[in-house]
Amino acid sequence: MRAWVFGDNVDTDLIAPGRYMKYGIDTIAQHCMEAVEPTFASAVRKGDVVIAGRNFGTGSSREQAPEALKHLGVAALVAPSFAGLFYRNAINLGLPAMVCAHAKRIHAGDDIELDFEAGRLHNRSSGDTLACEPIPAFLMNIVRDGGLLPHLEKRLREAGARQ
Amino acid sequence: MKQTLAQKLVARAARRASVTAGEIVTCTVDLAMVHDSSGPRRLKPMLERLGAKVWDPSKVVVITDHYLPEYDDESRKILRLAREWVREAGVDNFYDAQGICHVVLPERGHLRPGMFAVGGDSHSPTGGAFAAYMFGIGATEMLGVMVTGEIWLKVPHTIAMEFSGNFAPGVSAKDVMLSLIGRFGMDGGQYQAVEYRGSAIRALPMQERMTLCNMTAELGGQTGLIASDQVTRDYLQRDIDVWDSDPGAPLVAHHRFAAGALAPQVAAPHSPANTRPVGDFDQRVDLAYIGACTGAKLADLRMAASVLRGRRAKTKLLVAPASLRDQQTAEREGTLQVLLDAGAELLANSCGMCAGYGQHQLGENAVAISTTARNFKGRMGSAGAQVYLASPYTVAASAITGRITDPRGMLQ
Repeated sequence: MRAWVFGDNVDTDLIAPGRYMKYGIDTIAQHCMEAVEPTFASAVRKGDVVIAGRNFGTGSSREQAPEALKHLGVAALVAPSFAGLFYRNAINLGLPAMVCAHAKRIHAGDDIELDFEAGRLHNRSSGDTLACEPIPAFLMNIVRDGGLLPHLEKRLREAGARQ
Repeated sequence: MKQTLAQKLVARAARRASVTAGEIVTCTVDLAMVHDSSGPRRLKPMLERLGAKVWDPSKVVVITDHYLPEYDDESRKILRLAREWVREAGVDNFYDAQGICHVVLPERGHLRPGMFAVGGDSHSPTGGAFAAYMFGIGATEMLGVMVTGEIWLKVPHTIAMEFSGNFAPGVSAKDVMLSLIGRFGMDGGQYQAVEYRGSAIRALPMQERMTLCNMTAELGGQTGLIASDQVTRDYLQRDIDVWDSDPGAPLVAHHRFAAGALAPQVAAPHSPANTRPVGDFDQRVDLAYIGACTGAKLADLRMAASVLRGRRAKTKLLVAPASLRDQQTAEREGTLQVLLDAGAELLANSCGMCAGYGQHQLGENAVAISTTARNFKGRMGSAGAQVYLASPYTVAASAITGRITDPRGMLQ
């Protein structure tokens, strides 16, 4: 997974600018991060990972922020800390977010391997392995189902089948 | 076991005698509030996909505030969908164009001490001013609440912010929050519960308490809480239970401040954490904005009026009262006329420029001072706009002089 690196306190207005919120996710995603990294939306590829600084996703409850990143193909987020509301939104949209105290050791373009349940990040480019906080099992269940909506869909289907 | 206010509220919602900070619990939701942006337009298609109905429409409150006034096809479509959905879903608690959700919700009596509530907006901790556990969630998580009536929670630790004495005239809740965010950062709250207490907090009226809890979002807390007391009772005009932390309940941090030492604060672009005392600024401004849930309630309009009375704004001055009811009260008592006589242009009772969703946006070279909660780059319009955050007193004083100005010498 190729790494994109961002700084501390990247807010939801940078990830998903308010003036595009009235549109669908296609339009919002085109403007994702444009005020800090104008090439991001066009250059990010499926399977890339965003390595952020402290308090990533601070600000709004708008889940179009993690949704825009996922829509552009971002496969995972790693940061020393996430804004709590953003973290819940990312998981609920099926985008894994892992807390890694030493995320700053990763450079743009590094090739990264992640193990969310073990809480481990391997940097193939530098050879480093960094300890992270594992994503709890009950949240990984949501991520594996593709987010809370398909997770609920599955639960309701199972409950219906039991009756 | 001694419990904090946060623990007591969570324990009640989790149907437990007590809870321990850090454990994961499932809570029953007493109230779910959504607005036009995060609500019906996002929930309707997901509910249809699940073939599910709202678990209890009597516990749902829908308030339109983000896309008002409607000004284009997209905003008209979003509002129309909200109006149709409340009928389909059987939601009677619907407030259309009555003001900003965080102000309208308690104003119409939906919040009571002891409740466990969620809101589809990051400023939902505002409800904590009523000793209710209230926090913001995204639309998909709100879908989960709408279908199940429940939500998971990691029981928070409590950070106590205690203010003794009294705040000086011209110093308000906004100054308190800008100062705390400047000192502890936008992640200072660590997504835990922040409890405001002490004699200076007890002396604050309800709408000032709401501003404290509201900007707990910018401090990075999950919720902001204040114990219920006579002030809460008087505002709600009903008998209430007193909810408070047990003396000696475990705190992860306890910060003590002398309220009287606090000066008016200003946050420079582009972060609410970029805060310094007002006296440190030598800065021209060409627009003053008095708006938002955190800066244009009746209490905020009165603060601005106490500075603007008999004076004339040098800058463009825009006022968007946070609720229609607050605007009507301000009109009856003469507060609104003071603002208009000072040259204020009156905007709709909605989120307006604060959210940057609507018609009014800041231009490329605008330098604004605003009573809103966030000055993130590009939020209120162009990425080139410079936004300073301050209290209604300071914004009013700065409007008069055209420069960032300490309001303490201009109070009437």
